[in-house]
Amino acid sequence: MNFELIVDNFFLIILGLDETLNLVIISLSLGFVISIPFSLARISSIKILSKSVYYYIFIVRGTPLLVQIYLIYFGLGAIPFVRESFLWIVLKEPFWCGILALVINTVAYTTEIFRGGLQSITKGQIESCKSLGMNKFVMYSKIILPCAFRQALPGYGNEMILMVKSTSLVSLITIMEMTGIARNIMYKNYAPIEAFVAAGSIYLFLNFLVVQFIKFLEWKYNPHLRVKD
Amino acid sequence: MFQFDLLIFGNTGWGDELLISTIMTILVSLSSMFLGVCLAIIITWAKISGNLIVRIIANFYTTVIRGIPELLVIYLIFFGGSATLMYLAKIFGYNGYIELNAFTMGTISIGLISAAYSTEVFRGAYYTLGVGQLEAGKALGLSRFQSFIKVLAPQMLKHALPGLGNVWQITLKDTALVSVTGLVEIMRQSRIASNVTHSPLTFILSAAILYLILTSFSSKAFNKLEEFTNKNDSVTQ
Repeated sequence: MNFELIVDNFFLIILGLDETLNLVIISLSLGFVISIPFSLARISSIKILSKSVYYYIFIVRGTPLLVQIYLIYFGLGAIPFVRESFLWIVLKEPFWCGILALVINTVAYTTEIFRGGLQSITKGQIESCKSLGMNKFVMYSKIILPCAFRQALPGYGNEMILMVKSTSLVSLITIMEMTGIARNIMYKNYAPIEAFVAAGSIYLFLNFLVVQFIKFLEWKYNPHLRVKD
Repeated sequence: MFQFDLLIFGNTGWGDELLISTIMTILVSLSSMFLGVCLAIIITWAKISGNLIVRIIANFYTTVIRGIPELLVIYLIFFGGSATLMYLAKIFGYNGYIELNAFTMGTISIGLISAAYSTEVFRGAYYTLGVGQLEAGKALGLSRFQSFIKVLAPQMLKHALPGLGNVWQITLKDTALVSVTGLVEIMRQSRIASNVTHSPLTFILSAAILYLILTSFSSKAFNKLEEFTNKNDSVTQ
């Protein structure tokens, strides 16, 4: 193993960090926003809503992300209807295909995590909201959703780490993020270990930051668990 | 669009190729899961009762594997493995190109990934049991190894089963990534077929359906197993 080469590769691969971060941030924030109504639909008493979200989750969680990425990138483009419609403006770009696949994937997992959080809200909490005269909007925005989010935080943290790792797969549809650059470096100088160790260390550091961020959020949203001095 | 005629068996369709590739996916998943569980037992033992150095190595391993993308692990094992072998071969005077068997390298890389996840499952199962079980075994005059095999392991397996079910699903889905090394499993076969026939939607959708069948059947099987292992619980409650 050549240590100098690892350092050289490190500075080449870090140029792809902004692409990786773009993918992570856009797909996670879109996924977060979409997952809230989805998880409410999942636990709703309207059968058709909860069933359709259930089947969506079943399909997405039962297939590998790579299949979903290929299906969107190669599969959708093969439908003439899609090629002729306005969707093609977005879907001809590999970047947006990648984002679409990542969002579809993360929404399925995040919805299940949020559902767990929502179901941890006890009946007593809802009853006390009602007895204080809150309307539905205030009850959800001030009590139920924040409490559910707090319960869901550890699971959501795992999902964030999984998303950072998942972005490496879009390198297979020609997006040049960190894994893509590392693979190109390997093809150029055929020193695979040096290239992938450099890339791996950046991912490891990114995930370390995510873990710290989740720890901060857990500290912020659990004031009752803080040690007082 | 979706062309059913491409999926028939025989010379004109890709049905039989897809079936063979499905068996390949199952084989890779089973062997990597087996490797993963075997490694996980050793690593869990290292984490629980090893000395400081062994514990640090075990923790480093699980942290790194769970912190870097699976694709990188596969690239590292597949390309790094053959590069290392070629380097070693050079010392012995062989200058040719060595390519390793994709099945073996795929199994090793997916096995290493699933070992890290299984380790955490086993560790969790161990901590639900507590040291009391080991002490009880000691009081009955069992050796440490005996009490592990006869007392702890069966109970750990029961607690670990739901977690192992999840690891199995992850492992099954991770095998799709082995397609980058050229192993002809479902993903690779469907890419080959779609390149040949220019009908990507047909084959990638078929691949998705095949994976869905595999994952839903295995989740049913794990539910049945859990019912079986929890049989005595429902009697006492």
